[in-house]
Amino acid sequence: MFKIFQPNKIFRLTSKAPKYILFLFIVVLSIGLMEALILSPEDYKQSDAVRIMYVHVPAAWISLGIFSAITFLSISGFIFKNKNFFLISKSLAPSGFVFNIIALVTGAIWGKPTWGTWWAWDARITSMLILALFYAMYLISWRIYESDEKAFKISTFITILGIINVPIIKYSVDWWNTLHQPASINILSKSSIHSSMLFPLFIMTAAFALFSLLIFLMKYNTELIKIKNKGLDRL
Amino acid sequence: MINELLFMNGYGVYVLSAFSFTLFSFTALYFVTKKQFVKEQNKFVAKFGLLNTDKARSAKSQRINKEILANATNN
Repeated sequence: MFKIFQPNKIFRLTSKAPKYILFLFIVVLSIGLMEALILSPEDYKQSDAVRIMYVHVPAAWISLGIFSAITFLSISGFIFKNKNFFLISKSLAPSGFVFNIIALVTGAIWGKPTWGTWWAWDARITSMLILALFYAMYLISWRIYESDEKAFKISTFITILGIINVPIIKYSVDWWNTLHQPASINILSKSSIHSSMLFPLFIMTAAFALFSLLIFLMKYNTELIKIKNKGLDRL
Repeated sequence: MINELLFMNGYGVYVLSAFSFTLFSFTALYFVTKKQFVKEQNKFVAKFGLLNTDKARSAKSQRINKEILANATNN
C-alpha cells in the first residue's frame, strides 16, 4: 500500500517541487503581507496591534498541526515498520519548531501593548513553551543517537508524551482563567472575526503552510541523499 | 501614507518587529536548510567520483542516484 511513497520513486518529484513551491510561497506571502499590513482594517479595541495576529495565529496553528502529524507518522512508522514515515517526521520537525518559536515571540510582542507585559506564566503561553521543549527534545534525539532503531524509539516516545500537551494547549483557555483570549475561530460554530480580517488570516496561513512544505521537501531530500551517501560507503 | 503605515497609531514598532522576526526566521531557516542540502549533495558527488567503473555502474543502476547526480550538475 505504501509502495508508491517509496523514496526511490518519489525523489524525482520531491527534488523538482521546491523551486515551484518557493515561487508560489513568495506570491502568496506578498499578497498576504499587503492584506495584513495595508488593506485589512484596524480593530476597534486593539487598533493596529491586531495585525500581529496575521503572523502569530498561523504560526501557532501550523506548529500544532506539524507536531500532531509527527506523532501520527511516528506511531504509524512503528505499526507498519515503515522507515519512510520516520524520515517524513524528522523532515517536518525543523519547520514546526521554528513556527513554535515564531508563535511564542510574536505572542510576547503582542502581549506588551495589549496586556502590558511581554510574558505571563498563564496556561496557554506556558503550554506552548512546553511544546517548544518537546520539539527541541525530538530534534536533539535524532542528533544524539547514532543507531536509527534507537532514534526511532526515543523520538516516538517523545512525540507520544508531547501529544498529551496538544489538547491542553487547545483547551487551556477554556479550562483555566488565562490572559490569553479564547479561540475566535471554530470549525463547528460561526467565527467571531469579521471576513475582512479572516481573509488575510487565511492567506497568511496558506503562505506559512507553503513555507513549511518547502522546508519539509528540502529537508526530506537532504535526508534521502544522506542515506544514499551511506549506501555509497558500503559499495 | 508611508508615515501612517509605519506609525500604525503608535503600534508600528510592535507590528513591524513581529513581522520582521517572522521573515528573518523564514530566511534563516531557508538558507540553513539549503546549505545542508548542498553540503550532502556535494558529498555524494565527491564520493561517486571516487568509485571505480564497476561500482559506479552498479550505483548508477539506481534511478535515485542518477537523479541526485543530474540535480547536482543542474544546480
